Amino acid sequence: MDNFEFLEDDFAFVGENHESKKEIAPPVTPFFKDFMRRLGKNKGACIGGILIVIIILIAIIAPMVSSYDYAEMNTAIQSTSPNAQHLFGTDRYGRDLFTRVWQGTRISLFVAASAVIIDIIFGMTYGLISGYFGGKVDTVMQRVQEIINSIPSLVILTLLLVIMKASLFTIIIALMLTGWIGMSRITRAQVLKVKEEEYVLASKTLGAGHFFIIFKNILPNIFGQLIIMSMFSIPNAIFYEAFLAFLGLGIPTPQASLGSLINDGFKSILITPYMVIIPVIVLAILMLSFNLFADGLRDAFDPTMKEM
Amino acid sequence: MNKSTMKYIGKRLLISAITLVIIVAVLFLMLKLMPGTPFNDEKLTEAQKLAIYAKYGLDQPFFVQFFNYMKNMLTGDFGVSFGIVRNMQVSDLVGPRILISFGIGIAAVILGTVIGVLLGIYAALHKNTLADTLATIFSVLGVSVPSFVLGLLLLLLLGVTIPVFPILYESSHPLRSSVLPVIALSFGVIANVARFTRSEMISVLASDYIALAEAKGLDRTTIIRKHAFRNTLIPVITILGPILVNLMTGSMVLEQIFSIPGLGRLLVEGITVNDYNVVLAVSFLYSVLYVVMMLIIDISYGIIDPRIRLGKGD
Repeated sequence: MDNFEFLEDDFAFVGENHESKKEIAPPVTPFFKDFMRRLGKNKGACIGGILIVIIILIAIIAPMVSSYDYAEMNTAIQSTSPNAQHLFGTDRYGRDLFTRVWQGTRISLFVAASAVIIDIIFGMTYGLISGYFGGKVDTVMQRVQEIINSIPSLVILTLLLVIMKASLFTIIIALMLTGWIGMSRITRAQVLKVKEEEYVLASKTLGAGHFFIIFKNILPNIFGQLIIMSMFSIPNAIFYEAFLAFLGLGIPTPQASLGSLINDGFKSILITPYMVIIPVIVLAILMLSFNLFADGLRDAFDPTMKEM
Repeated sequence: MNKSTMKYIGKRLLISAITLVIIVAVLFLMLKLMPGTPFNDEKLTEAQKLAIYAKYGLDQPFFVQFFNYMKNMLTGDFGVSFGIVRNMQVSDLVGPRILISFGIGIAAVILGTVIGVLLGIYAALHKNTLADTLATIFSVLGVSVPSFVLGLLLLLLLGVTIPVFPILYESSHPLRSSVLPVIALSFGVIANVARFTRSEMISVLASDYIALAEAKGLDRTTIIRKHAFRNTLIPVITILGPILVNLMTGSMVLEQIFSIPGLGRLLVEGITVNDYNVVLAVSFLYSVLYVVMMLIIDISYGIIDPRIRLGKGD
């Protein structure tokens, strides 16, 4: 290196073209593509996802194309075992169980969708406000949340269903009262982390208002993670609906949900076990698929989040 | 125990006590909003109804009723049952059921934790083998499949198809009758504990002090028994909270399935016949159990790992 000499044309003036250096950098995989690749590798998540799609499709299509109505009684065919006309048999009022099971699955899916929306609207708002404003607001909101959290949700749910008439609406209200807490905690933790970032400070320095910072700077950065965490409330919501229906506190007849079908079938479990087994299996598969899928989504989104 | 630990415990105790008072108030308010009364018999005339209300103090203003209730509760008097067994003391109604419900719950926790820990450790030591995969599948199933699904399947299999165990609870054979519900209830516990123990054990085995122990030339059994095992078990305390919640909902359904005369069944019965005092007492009992368990978990965790406490304080 000692006798090295620079020549005239060793360096060329780049001028305005200095951007061209970027081309040397390795191609960045878009996050979404990377996410899908990791998700595709996860066998459990794939199976779960496929099962969810299948169940949703059947739940939408089956009651539409079925030649029986879920509430239609027929005393001529009471409690018939599964056969070609009635794939899942009929119940003790002669109602077609195939239609009723999928009608019930619709209810479970509806409850699941509501749970996610509730989680996002209530839990996220609560966590955002508490985490972003901090200080006294945070302290009060956290104490309130702690107290609500220390009442067993079982007690809240059962009592609420006593006060209000049992209906789908009541069940959703009950889920609303208990379901948002986990989400608000996660949101708060995420907000606390993100709000110290430089870009938030930059935004503040430029005079942005709270509203702008929350919705334009903070929320877009944590939204993906929150949506994925909200997936975990789905199996929980499905379970609570079935649980309440099984205790006889669910939606009123002739409407059907998986839980109320299990409850009805349980009354004659010794004579016609198929009335219980079929909805139980559908319920188990539904909960299992959502669990597997949510697990897979979380791992694919951020492999380091695994044991949160 | 040093001063800060005592202060921490004191603070948690205070919060728990306040929470319980709030819970009673909320429960009381909710029950007052309940449609109908325990005396919905159409044969009763207005005058008779008023007389009954006066007898049980239901004609008093809300706050008077509430304070009377709180006052009586502190002396262990939960009032009388209006519907299930008319005029029976609620404490007499609840008392014997506590033993049945708690017996089954505790048996399920012990059985579930022991099997879960063993399964989790075995899976961690044989990571990425067939046994590990099977254990993982088992835990995913156990976590996602609700205990009443399992209860019903067990009932059909071991109660009906191969009638080994009774399908209805027999007071004369409490042990034999409890086998199926305990298995159904412990399934979720096993799954949760095994899953957690496995991941905990794997991270412990990858830590520096295990490498040091290996470098010192200790044999594998000693390392696992003396070093890895203990450090794996401590964090298992943290998942006892969610497990407890599962057990409470699970036992309510299983009591229904196997006709066990326990607390959960009493609560459901009380709700259907509008028996205020019974519903209030059982809900309160569940809340006390929950709050006390959370308190114990928090405190024991705070003592084991003081960093938790510092992190929570701010």
